[in-house]
Amino acid sequence: MSISRADVAHLGKLARLELTEAELDHYAGQLDVILQSVARISEVTADHIPPMSHPIPMVNVFRDDVVKPSLSRDEALSGAPSAQDDRFRVPRILDEE
Amino acid sequence: MSDLIRQSAATLAAAIASRETSAVEVTQVHLDRIAAVDDKVHAFLHLTGDSALAQAKSIDARIASGEQLGPLAGVPLALKDVLAMKGEPTTAGSRILEGWRPPYDSTVVQRLRAADIVILGKTNMDEFAMGSSTEHSAYGPTHNPWDLDRIPGGSGGGSAAALAAFEAPLAIGTDTGGSIRQPASVTGTVGVKPTYGGVSRYGQIALASSLDQPGPCARSVLDTALLHAVIAGHDPMDSTSINAPVPDVVGAAQRGDVRGMRIGVVKELGGDGYQAGVAQRYTEALNLLQDLGAEIVEVSCPHMEYALGAYYLILPSEASSNLARFDGMRYGLRAGDDGSNSVEQVMAITREAGFGPEVKRRIILGTYALSSGYYDAYYAQAQRVRTLITRDFNAAFEKVDVLASPTAPTTAFKLGEKLNDPIAMYLNDVATIPVNLAGICAMSLPVGLAPEDGLPVGFQFMAPAMADDRLYLAGGALEAALVDKWGHLLIEEAPSL
Repeated sequence: MSISRADVAHLGKLARLELTEAELDHYAGQLDVILQSVARISEVTADHIPPMSHPIPMVNVFRDDVVKPSLSRDEALSGAPSAQDDRFRVPRILDEE
Repeated sequence: MSDLIRQSAATLAAAIASRETSAVEVTQVHLDRIAAVDDKVHAFLHLTGDSALAQAKSIDARIASGEQLGPLAGVPLALKDVLAMKGEPTTAGSRILEGWRPPYDSTVVQRLRAADIVILGKTNMDEFAMGSSTEHSAYGPTHNPWDLDRIPGGSGGGSAAALAAFEAPLAIGTDTGGSIRQPASVTGTVGVKPTYGGVSRYGQIALASSLDQPGPCARSVLDTALLHAVIAGHDPMDSTSINAPVPDVVGAAQRGDVRGMRIGVVKELGGDGYQAGVAQRYTEALNLLQDLGAEIVEVSCPHMEYALGAYYLILPSEASSNLARFDGMRYGLRAGDDGSNSVEQVMAITREAGFGPEVKRRIILGTYALSSGYYDAYYAQAQRVRTLITRDFNAAFEKVDVLASPTAPTTAFKLGEKLNDPIAMYLNDVATIPVNLAGICAMSLPVGLAPEDGLPVGFQFMAPAMADDRLYLAGGALEAALVDKWGHLLIEEAPSL
C-alpha cells in the first residue's frame, strides 16, 4: 500500500508523461499520502456487492447505417498541430534502428 | 453600477421582451461590467463580445418584428470553458488545449443558442475540472468577489464568480464531484447538479465520464430553473442521456412549497469538521424549513464516510483514460517535434509540457489504480463502495422526499491555503461527492453569512434521480423565506468591487 519513486517513474512511462526528477520526488511523497487516505475503502467488506461502474443502466445505442453529415476534412484538421496533404502529420513512428 | 446588471435573468428577459430595454443594451452593460472588474476577479478566459452583440441585435430585430421568443431570450450567460463552442477558444483551463477552436458546438451550447441566450464568453476553471478552488487553472486563479484574497470554489470558480461579480446573470457549470455546488456555496449563488444523464455531455471535454454532469448556475432559484429547462432533455448524441420527460423545474421553483415535505438530515454529512458559522446557518435553515411546514427527519447513510476514498480512485481512473486523447497528434499542443524524437517521445514531452501538477498527479494515481495487481483492491473495490452508497441513498429516499446537508464544510478559504495539501483540498468536496457517485441530483443555495468571517454559507438539497423538481420546490420555498427575512437575496450584500 505504498508507492515508491520507481513506481512513479514506471507509471509516468505507462501514462506517457516525461516526469522530471523533481516531480518524481514530489509525487512519490504526495501519492503515498493520498493512497493511504483512500485505502480506507478496503475496510468495507463488499466482496458480495456488485461493482457499479455507472449510475444508470448502460445499453448500446445503435442508429441506422445511413450516411449523415459530419465534420469536413478541413474542419477535422483545423485544430491539428501539424497537417500535410490533407492529413494529420505525426512525428516518425519507427526508431532509426 | 448599472441597475441592469443587478436584475434577475427573469426580469431582464421580461424587460427585453416588452422592449422596455434591448438585448443589445443588456449585453453591452454586462460587457462594460466585465471590462471594469474582471482584471480583479479573472472570471473569464475569453470574451465573445462581438458575436454576443451581433446575436443581441438580431434578437432585438426579431422582437421588434413581433416574434415571440423563449423565456430567457436576450439574457447574457457565462460559459464554463470545458464546453465546446464552435470557433471560439476552448481550453478546459489547460495549456494543452491553448488556442484550440472546436469545429462544432456542444449540445448545451446548441440549446443555449436555440433559446436565444447570449453567450458573453468562456469562464476560468481548474484544469480539466480537477480542483476545488480554481487555483489549478493554467491561466491563473479566479478571485472570489466577496473577498478577492479568497478562492471562488472549484472547478467552476469562473462561472460562480461571474455571477457574484454581476458580470453575468446566468452561467453554465459542470459538476463531477461538486464543481457547480461548492463554487455556488462559497460565492453566495445558486447551483444545480442535475440528475446524471439529465443534461447532455456531448461536447463537454470529459474528466470522469460516469460522474460528469453539466448544469445551471444563477443568482436565484427561479433563474436557475429557467436555465435548467433550456439545457435539459434527451440527446441522441449522448448514449448516457436519459430519454424521459424533464420534470417541471420552473413550475416547482415558482410554487416553492415544503408543507408536508419530509426532509432527511444525513447524519454522516454534518457534525465534526464543519466550520462553526457553517453549522450555525445550516441549523437555522433547517429550523426555518420546519417553520414552513416541513418535517425534519434524521437519516443515516452509513457508507458515506467511504465516498471520498471511492471518488478519488474512480475519478483518476476514468480521467487517466479520458485524458489519453491529449497526445499532441490531432489537436492542441505539440512539443518536442524537432525531428529527433519518436512519436512516443513527442507524446510524453507534449503531455509533460501541457498538463499541470494536479492533472499529472491524478493521471498517475489513476494509472496505478487500474494497473494489474491493484485493480481489484482499488478500482473494483471503489465501484463496490459506490453500489453501497447508492443503496444508502435509495433507502433514505424511501423515508424522505429530499435530503439536506451543508454544501461545503467551510466558507471560502484563502488563495494558496490548501494548494500544497491535496487531502485538505479534497476534503472540501466531502458533502457533494456522494451525489455524483449515485447519479442523483442536488442544489446548493445560500443561507446566510458565517458570523466569524462574513462569507456566504451554502445549503445542499439532494433528491432522487429524475426528481430534480423537488430541489426547486424545496429551494424555492427556502429562498422565499430568507428573502422575506432579509428583504433581498443574499447576493445583494456582495461588495460592489
